Amino acid sequence: MSAIAQDGAALEDVDAFAARARAWLAENMPPADPAKDTFFLHAATHPADEEVLARAATCRELQRRLFDGGFAGICVPRQYGGQELTPAHQTAFNREIKGYDYPAEIQASTFIPCMAVLLEFGTEEQKLRHIPRMLRGEEIWVQLLSEPGGGSDAAGAVTSATRDGDRWLLNGSKIWTTSGWWGDWALCLARTNWDVEKHRGLTVFSLPMSAPGLQIRQIELVNGSKDFCQEFLTDVVVPDADRIGDVDAGWSVMTRWLYHERTISGGSPYVTGGGNRPNAGPYELAALIEAARRLGTIDDSTTRALIGEAQTSSLVLRALVESVTHKMATGSLPHHAAAMPRLFGGTANARRAAIATELYGDAGVVWAPDDEIAAQVGLGYLIRQAACIGGGTTEMARNVIAERLLGMPREHRADTSAFRDVPRGPRASGAH
Amino acid sequence: MFTQTADQDLLETTTEQYLAATFPPERIREFARRDSTFDATLWKRGAELGWTTLLVPEAAGGGSVSGNGLADLLAVAFQFGRHAAPGPLIGTNVVAAALGRWGSGELHGGPLAQLLDGDATAAWAHAPRMGSCASAVVRAARSGDGVVLDGTAPLVESGAPKGYLLVAAGADEDGARSHYLVPFDAPGVRISPLGGIDLVRRHQAVTLREVVVPAAYRVGEPGTADVHDEVLLDLAAVLQAGEIVGAMERAFDLTLRWTRDRYSFGRPLGSYQEIKHRMADLRTQLEASAAVAEKAARHVGEDRPDARSWASAAKAYVGRVGPELVQDCVQLHGGIGVTFEHDLHLYLRRATLDAQLFGTPAYFAERVVRLVEADMEEGA
Repeated sequence: MSAIAQDGAALEDVDAFAARARAWLAENMPPADPAKDTFFLHAATHPADEEVLARAATCRELQRRLFDGGFAGICVPRQYGGQELTPAHQTAFNREIKGYDYPAEIQASTFIPCMAVLLEFGTEEQKLRHIPRMLRGEEIWVQLLSEPGGGSDAAGAVTSATRDGDRWLLNGSKIWTTSGWWGDWALCLARTNWDVEKHRGLTVFSLPMSAPGLQIRQIELVNGSKDFCQEFLTDVVVPDADRIGDVDAGWSVMTRWLYHERTISGGSPYVTGGGNRPNAGPYELAALIEAARRLGTIDDSTTRALIGEAQTSSLVLRALVESVTHKMATGSLPHHAAAMPRLFGGTANARRAAIATELYGDAGVVWAPDDEIAAQVGLGYLIRQAACIGGGTTEMARNVIAERLLGMPREHRADTSAFRDVPRGPRASGAH
Repeated sequence: MFTQTADQDLLETTTEQYLAATFPPERIREFARRDSTFDATLWKRGAELGWTTLLVPEAAGGGSVSGNGLADLLAVAFQFGRHAAPGPLIGTNVVAAALGRWGSGELHGGPLAQLLDGDATAAWAHAPRMGSCASAVVRAARSGDGVVLDGTAPLVESGAPKGYLLVAAGADEDGARSHYLVPFDAPGVRISPLGGIDLVRRHQAVTLREVVVPAAYRVGEPGTADVHDEVLLDLAAVLQAGEIVGAMERAFDLTLRWTRDRYSFGRPLGSYQEIKHRMADLRTQLEASAAVAEKAARHVGEDRPDARSWASAAKAYVGRVGPELVQDCVQLHGGIGVTFEHDLHLYLRRATLDAQLFGTPAYFAERVVRLVEADMEEGA
């Protein structure tokens, strides 16, 4: 069980570590409130901005406690403020932290992908500057990745970075930035070369969200959520020292960025928690049954079939995620197989929203002002396709499964020439 | 398709090789024209490979290869589905499990030993239905040292000439029922063959007229049949799911190959995005089906508290998407897919049979809801 750390000291035994964590957690962390949803994981709730900021402050506070207790950055090297232990220690800690409140809302994007990308591609100065601050809850990071004209085509970014001596000027627009309006720093993908194939002209930068010339607008979604943002960059100055990775080598950073982003569903050594799944609100099976009892439809066979379908599908999704994660870890499936749980999860969640709406009947479309649950069902139905869009559409997932997993013919590409010459549609602007 | 130990891989590989050599598709088609598809020598050979012992405790003469006999048998069922193979795999194993767990010493020495050795096969008369329409209705009355059974089991699987039927019977219609093991060759047992969708897995109706069985042929304590049927139903659901996953896998593979080899309008069928996306959906359903079947086998085989929910979810999901997946494969094949000459229908038949027998997908979806309701009552 004992392994040797790089400096020659014996690593703490996992069981001993878990026991120490258990005792520390009991003393230092507050219990989770199972009735309270985390605010962005649950699409049907839309807290006021002040509630979001209060929760963000709590997350910073809790992260600081983890840091002071010696439990932040369990797999991060000591020189950057981490514990330099192993994934097994992180897994053990995640088991112990179940039932406690923890900074769930800053795991993504701060630790994955941003910290993970910094660890792999950052300079020594960049790592020493940012990672300890991330681990102390002082820097919350977000991802400036998608663009209004881009959709699923991340490599087609048209936000430009132009060199100006030892600094860069960034111009363009980014969108779908989770927590953009309360984040501190960001990774940003920008185009530095228009004369090569699209993947070969990209560079990754880091910048503070308070940078002059960076305008942030909260996007209101159909369910009232305002956590996603759009950013407008006008001559935003980024010192060359804040570039991540080599110039025009952004896509190799991006590959790892996207990889780390996907590990939010499991398997990352940098994520704390993962055990306290948010309450699925009106979609919890018991909640569906309670609702059918209230509505007097629980003995109706169609209603029961809908409830049975919802529960069956949520069990199957769980089995699928576990099985594919395990098969990818042991190499019996390639990492592209992650597209299968993504596809299944997207369609199952969309279907679940439809099931709840059908079950609620008129109560799912018209409700009393204080009936928060009925409102969540109605609004959840309006936003349901988000489950099949965000994080790569289900259509993209189907392409990945067909082409990468099944080896079926690739789609014809119209974007293999110099990016400058790639058609971008009649309304595209910013041509260089 | 499943994550297995090396020993389980060995069991699956030997089964695969044996079934591939013994039951190629043309042989299955040939069997279709026979009155009986049971071959005693072939079944006995299967028993030697380990098909019959896995759900029976070692003390009763059985034994698993991994410690979880149901997970072991899942791999065998998967291969039965892949080859649409004949042989009463599910009935024999379910009845053997019942005898191993609850049977008397006399049953262990006689009928169970014959099942384990492949000298006999067995059928389970249970046929759960939605609503109140009962399936097997058998009355039991004591008579001297034995029990007299009267009634019908309208739908049971056919097997070896030397065979047994596990049937639940009560003294009157509302009374608690007990399980009895009935030899098919006992006086008063009448059998009439039924038609059906599967070419090689056959069924029959059984009538019992004053059939006398020894008291020791009661399986389990008096009045335990209904509880035990639920336990056996978990096993059957997992094994059926395993067979369906096998049938799905084979149909999917045939279809993937077809999308490469078949050209239309000058390009491979599989180069059309519509076809690619459908194949991606089917591949995902296949993976999800295998995952839930495997998870159910693990939980039921280890007697975990949530085992029944997993078994029910497995049958509800796999039973629903399995036949639909094969039908989609037929659609992607076009006209050739509905010919007797093509192999696809072998897998469609097996997937559909397994989906419908021993409780439909809808029955299991309802069972899932009942289990949650029971949990809620307990929690309240």
